Amino acid sequence: MTPLMWRSMGLVFFAAIVGSFGSVFLKMGALRLNKSILSFVNSRLILGVGLYLASSVFYAMGIRGGELSVLYPLVSLGYIFTLVWSKIFFNEPITRYKVAGLCLILVGVFLVGVGASR
Amino acid sequence: MSTIPSSPKLHASSAAARQRAAITVASCTIFGAVAQILIKVGMSPAHLDTTGKGLVSLVLAVITDWPLVAGYACYGLFTVAMVLALREGELSKVYPIIALTYVWVTLLSYWLLKDTPNWYKNAGIAIIVLGVAILGQGGEQE
Repeated sequence: MTPLMWRSMGLVFFAAIVGSFGSVFLKMGALRLNKSILSFVNSRLILGVGLYLASSVFYAMGIRGGELSVLYPLVSLGYIFTLVWSKIFFNEPITRYKVAGLCLILVGVFLVGVGASR
Repeated sequence: MSTIPSSPKLHASSAAARQRAAITVASCTIFGAVAQILIKVGMSPAHLDTTGKGLVSLVLAVITDWPLVAGYACYGLFTVAMVLALREGELSKVYPIIALTYVWVTLLSYWLLKDTPNWYKNAGIAIIVLGVAILGQGGEQE
C-alpha cells in the first residue's frame, strides 16, 4: 500500500464523516417540507446540501489517487456515524440488527482493503 | 408548480409510503453509480491537470471538465430524490438501500475503468451489502 493510497483512503473516509452529517441535516430539513415549494429554502436543507457538496469535494480529491472499486466501498464507513447521529438527533434506537450490520460492513471494507493490495 | 409531491401525513408515514420511498431510492442507485464513474473519469489526471494552476484557471478547468460536471449533475438528481425519499422513512432504514450502489459501482469499475477484479473485493462488497441489509432490519426491532 503506497502513501498515495493511504492519503486517498483518508480523504474518502473524511468525506464519509462529513457526508453523514449531511444526511442528518437533509433529514431535519426534509421533515420541514410542506406543500409550498418555498419550504425547500430552509436552513437545515441548505446546510445538508452544503455538507454533501463539501463531502463530495474531499471524495473527488480522494478517488483521484486510486482504484474506484477500492475507494468507493470506504464510503460505507459513514454508516457507523449515521447510526450514532440517528440515535442522538432523531432518537432512533440502536438495535442488535444495526450493530450486527455495522460489524459486517467493517468486515466487508476490510476485505476490499485486502483486495486493494492484490 | 407551487406544490411538491407529498403525502397527507407528513410525520406518521404509512407502510405504503415507506415502500414507495424504498423503491424510489433503489432506482436512484443507478444514477448514483453512474455519477461515481463520471466523477472518477473527470478527476483523472488525463482530464483534470491541476499542476501549476492558479485558482481561476483551476476553477475554469473544473467547470469545463464535462465528465465531472455530468457526474455532479447525476449526483445532484440522486440527492434531490433522496431528500424526497427521506421524508417518508427512518434515516437508518431508507439510507441503507443506497447500498445497491456499491454493487453497480464495483461492476462498472471493473468494466469501464479496468480496475483489477478479485475475490477479496467481490466478497467484501457482498458482505457490505448484506451488512447494510441487516442494518436496515434494525428499524423493525422496536
